[in-house]
Amino acid sequence: MTRPTFTLDGVAISFDEGQTIIEAARKAGVFIPFLCAHPEFPAHGSCRVCTVLVNGRAMASCTTKAADGQVVESNTAALTRDRQALVQMLFVEGNHFCPGCEKSGACTLQSLGKDLAVTSAGFAHESPTRPVDASHPDILLDFNRCILCELCVRASSDVDKKDVFALSGRGLDKHLIVNAESGRLADTGMATTDKAMSVCPVGVILWKRRGFADPIGKRPHDVESPRQRVEGKGKTS
Amino acid sequence: MTETLRRIAIDPLSRVEGHGKVTLLLDDAGHVHEARLHIVEFRGFEAFIVGRPYWEVPVVVQRLCGICPVSHNLCAAKALDAVVGAVPPPSAVKLRRLMHAGQLLQSHALHFFHLASPDLLFGFDSDVSKRNLIGLVEKHPELAKKGVLLRKFGQQVLEAVYGKRIHGTGAIPGGVNRHLAIDARDAFLKQLPDIKAWSLDAVALARELTLKNVERHKGFGTVPSALLSLVAADGSLDLYDGGLRAKDADGRVLFDGLDASSYRHLIKEEVRPWSYMKFPYLAAMGPESGWYKVGPLARLQVCDRLSTPLAEAARRDFLASTTGINHAPLAFHWARMVELLHCAEDIEHLLHDEALVMGELVSTGERQREGVGIIEAPRGTLIHHYEVGEDDLITRCNLIVSTTNNNQAMNEAIRSVARQYIEGHRITEGLLNHVEVAVRAFDPCLSCATHAMGKMPLEVSLVDARGEVVSSLRRGDA
Repeated sequence: MTRPTFTLDGVAISFDEGQTIIEAARKAGVFIPFLCAHPEFPAHGSCRVCTVLVNGRAMASCTTKAADGQVVESNTAALTRDRQALVQMLFVEGNHFCPGCEKSGACTLQSLGKDLAVTSAGFAHESPTRPVDASHPDILLDFNRCILCELCVRASSDVDKKDVFALSGRGLDKHLIVNAESGRLADTGMATTDKAMSVCPVGVILWKRRGFADPIGKRPHDVESPRQRVEGKGKTS
Repeated sequence: MTETLRRIAIDPLSRVEGHGKVTLLLDDAGHVHEARLHIVEFRGFEAFIVGRPYWEVPVVVQRLCGICPVSHNLCAAKALDAVVGAVPPPSAVKLRRLMHAGQLLQSHALHFFHLASPDLLFGFDSDVSKRNLIGLVEKHPELAKKGVLLRKFGQQVLEAVYGKRIHGTGAIPGGVNRHLAIDARDAFLKQLPDIKAWSLDAVALARELTLKNVERHKGFGTVPSALLSLVAADGSLDLYDGGLRAKDADGRVLFDGLDASSYRHLIKEEVRPWSYMKFPYLAAMGPESGWYKVGPLARLQVCDRLSTPLAEAARRDFLASTTGINHAPLAFHWARMVELLHCAEDIEHLLHDEALVMGELVSTGERQREGVGIIEAPRGTLIHHYEVGEDDLITRCNLIVSTTNNNQAMNEAIRSVARQYIEGHRITEGLLNHVEVAVRAFDPCLSCATHAMGKMPLEVSLVDARGEVVSSLRRGDA
């Protein structure tokens, strides 16, 4: 039986029923830029970086199911400009100092910026004041880098069953909080073995005392960027 | 009697990771009463590193400088070795030493060939449009090429152990994060005969240029002072580690073998309202006479010897050129090239050590609340001091950088040169040139922007006691 297909930038992509566009594309080795989409969690559609045109309409490819005969466009100049603007806004909303950040070379936001050739801030830096939480003996929270993807919220809730994290406020005031009366991570049940420890795509949730242990050239995204991982072209793949 | 002082401002002197200027205060007779080298841009690293996790510090504070970031990376890591209670394993120490030698070699090559040699080769008063790297390439292409290749070699060493030529990661608290790759080591060893030969040529050239103008150099900005450096337990110069040794202006040892943490008792810092750069002095001698020099000129005269044979022979030759302690700022150039040769030899020595390619990279120990690291950076003694809370965040940071250690020495040299070359109340190109050359001899961070393209955008204003501009002269508008 012939599998259903859609075209992505003119290339036929076959898929299984129920797969989203980004899942089918990944399986076919075609990279659609993404940020909050995580293969172990249901689609969330919060960052909108993976937006594509489906039959001419802008849709998040992580939440849109693939359908037979769809015409999907991803690699267009207009979409690239939109993605660049989204990434720029994420950068200026927080305090992202890649040169001094231990997540450099392992940060999805940084890699996405490189992939999209984002070379300037584009917007005025908001420079928010966000103190770090170093109360936990083994975990550091650096809220300066939070992009509100909610992966830690979902991991802590759905997998760890601890609800350590939550988003508070709305709109411009939205921010990540620690679910304790004191607001301190030390007063939660968070442990380094939690799933929430390993899902942050940026540099918010960090192991203490481990920064910069990977030398430049051997950091995860030096070896294999998110695009290379999908396209199967990583240095070690 | 009320003395009326006139003020001459040289502004901007150059960029020093920011901005610097010189002010000369003249008395009624037109004599230079005081010279002030202002560093007018506030950097603030000591403040904004507070509240950050300690393991981030070696990577963040190195951004102080684009020329010697490795020195800051290493110095911070040394201070934090103490915080994590670790003695880095032998492989880590040797890899750090290799990084440091590569850093010094590239920085010294940059300064001598690209920044200083045009002054020395073409003359301080020569056409400023030719007195630069481009002019050097046109007139002395082989020399310029050697400078470029020496610097390139040092940067390749850095890239191999630090990930990047500038602002990489290498030293971490307790050790380093990589070995040297065997193929990189072998490639470096093949290049070393040339590197050593060019380093010897550089020493010979610096020697020739110094001795050719020895009488002029001897009195140019020369002001006696104490000298400070790190020295190994056996008395040899140790650029990476060792104890603090100071000598007075006549060469008598003031203190010796003191560990890093003693710096706070040995050195005090004075703040003056006209500069963001502090004025350190040896506490025992007081602020008036306790200022000192650091860097190559101090180091070669504070230590008993260099550990490598060619450089030690060159050092002895350098010392034999004067009787007593040599305080001439222009002697820095020759001393700097002796150190360049020492680093080339030291790199060769290290590359033959298998510990660079195998062995433990990191060690741990009992956590401490604070740590002090001291290293001999290209420009002189560099001090990092951190206090860390139980939550692993920095609670206090104090940095005394090399250029700061030379602060008063540079001011004194400028005053001396200005007194010599000022012509009444007139501001001349000659005065600007000579002030520039005096400052550059110390290789402060400002020298790179100052001279790399040969145009130091100097603006000099003569201002009377009421603040009125009497005359002004500007270079760099052409």
